[in-house]
Amino acid sequence: MGALLNSTVFAPWDDPQAKPLIQFQNVTKRFGGFTAIDNLSIDIFEREFFALLGPSGCGKTTMMRMLAGFEKPTEGHILLAGQDIDPIPPNKRAVNMMFQSYALFPHLSVWDNIAFGLKRDKMPKRDIEERVDEMLRLTRLEKFASRKPHQISGGQRQRVALARSLAKAPKLLLLDEPLGALDKKLRQDTQFELMDIQEKTGTTFVIVTHDQEEAMTVASRVAVMDHGRIIQADTPARIYETPNSVYVADFIGDVNIIEGRATPKGDDSYSIDWAEGQTPLQATSSAAIEKGQKCHLAIRPEKVTITAERPADAANAVQGKVHDIAYLGNLSTYHVELPNGTIIKAQTANTRRISRRSFSWEDPVWLSWTATAGVLLAN
Amino acid sequence: MNRLSWFNAVSLTLGFAFLYIPMIILIIFSFNESKLVTVWAGFSTKWYGELIHNEAFLDAAWVTVRVAVFSSTLATILGTMAAYVLVRGGRFFGRTLFSGMIYAPLVMPEVITGLSLLLLFIGIGLDRGIFTIVLAHTTFSMCYVSVVVSSRLITFDRSLEEAALDLGCSPAQAFRLVTLPIIAPAVISGWLLAFTLSLDDLVIASFTSGPSATTLPIKIFSAVRLGVSPEINALSTLMIAVVTIGVITASLVTKRAAVRQKQEEQAAARAT
Repeated sequence: MGALLNSTVFAPWDDPQAKPLIQFQNVTKRFGGFTAIDNLSIDIFEREFFALLGPSGCGKTTMMRMLAGFEKPTEGHILLAGQDIDPIPPNKRAVNMMFQSYALFPHLSVWDNIAFGLKRDKMPKRDIEERVDEMLRLTRLEKFASRKPHQISGGQRQRVALARSLAKAPKLLLLDEPLGALDKKLRQDTQFELMDIQEKTGTTFVIVTHDQEEAMTVASRVAVMDHGRIIQADTPARIYETPNSVYVADFIGDVNIIEGRATPKGDDSYSIDWAEGQTPLQATSSAAIEKGQKCHLAIRPEKVTITAERPADAANAVQGKVHDIAYLGNLSTYHVELPNGTIIKAQTANTRRISRRSFSWEDPVWLSWTATAGVLLAN
Repeated sequence: MNRLSWFNAVSLTLGFAFLYIPMIILIIFSFNESKLVTVWAGFSTKWYGELIHNEAFLDAAWVTVRVAVFSSTLATILGTMAAYVLVRGGRFFGRTLFSGMIYAPLVMPEVITGLSLLLLFIGIGLDRGIFTIVLAHTTFSMCYVSVVVSSRLITFDRSLEEAALDLGCSPAQAFRLVTLPIIAPAVISGWLLAFTLSLDDLVIASFTSGPSATTLPIKIFSAVRLGVSPEINALSTLMIAVVTIGVITASLVTKRAAVRQKQEEQAAARAT
């Protein structure tokens, strides 16, 4: 995971001295009675690849359209490099956008599409030619320069849209579901291409997506949104490993949520009563949780081990029987039903051939995980 | 291809006969040798030759063409502007009323439009002539333009204009460089429609024309009252030709644009 390696070097959000490129200051946006963005504050730093992730209607597109200048905040301010950009119209902002539909001008060739923004800047003709050729090289479109948008493939059009929005060397590039129209294979290739281009150009990217895998792959930080608020904004690794709420844990990846009541045992460790007549579960939490407080234990399926016998040294072990098996080729997810009816998912790599699989339907099994495997979330 | 059943064949023949027999008779008799309109005396193009020397008809034709060009151009500009505001202007006060009102002249009896324009021109002391006919024709044909253009604008991807703004265009530049080239086929067919409407209008023109300016339809109408001549037939045949060409061009332009738009959409769909 590239983002993980980068995060040790590139983490301006942890540096109190770093000056943010974009600041949302208590921004609220209402459309009539509907609140699209609810008192939102966030800093985005230069050279960041910032992903806005959330279900449709969560306000991520509105945030992007406010950055582009197509919408104005109802309350609060948006600052770009320290300057309040609310009164600046879209055509005067050093911000460019790559549209979800690509919005390529159908009457212009690929070359003219890319040159369109440069021509508006009254750039000398030779400079325009140079810049367009550079963009064509960057996006590997040299051969298609004279084609019209309807004469090229979807992937090529997506690259034209990217080249066009990068041509003016904006301080900030907005990408609205840029890969939504591509098939999965092409999408994965393009994600790495995007990261590569972002690194080469040093532009700050803000990407809107509802695809969590995409956000995790490309972004330096991911903001998980819901109902016009940012629930958590952090590196992909921290979003996945230490979600701050059940919503985030559930939204990103697959997760088992076990509800219970916590009892502090000191040193950040807690025991959780989760079902009648069952041994309490052991977990740790850096956030303080009071005795008897209702809480949720979130454990990723790949952190749950499935065995035939009870493991001797496991901090947590529960018994159940295999209810269902989801075979994904490289992985299998076992849905194990506990005596009280709870289903816990455990994921294992398929290191052996499927015919030699250790467990089958209705087999009694033990599930175990360490005290630090799960995340304890207070309500 | 299915063969037509006898019932469909008969309906088709009857329908088209009803529509076109009068015009076909007119065209045939325009090539009549005889001066008597109803008696066939052999093929000839002499009435077309005579037409060229008829000063009165030529004058009227020239007036008609000028009126049609000016009024359709003016109507296209105004109609496109109206369509743009009604489709893109957002929800301003009275928008529904305005979009309803733009269609009203389409169903308004021409006599009433003509009469009200006449009263207006008398009221403000405007001398009737070519100028007043141009104004009158602009008034009724701009709604047709606006209907044609707004139906195109409704299907226009708004993000194209936003992309233009985003890339540094002022709203006016975005319209000129992006919107207008894309909706051009609709604007052109709107112009052709307005042109043909102006060309064959009799009622409104007769209300708003003055002694100095007579359009061809008025001239024909008054000439016919003195008796139909083969010359009139020839002239009418020419007008039918011009209007037909106009209408066919307009529909071809629209059709080509639609086909192209469909191709683009299909190309876009392939990408998904």
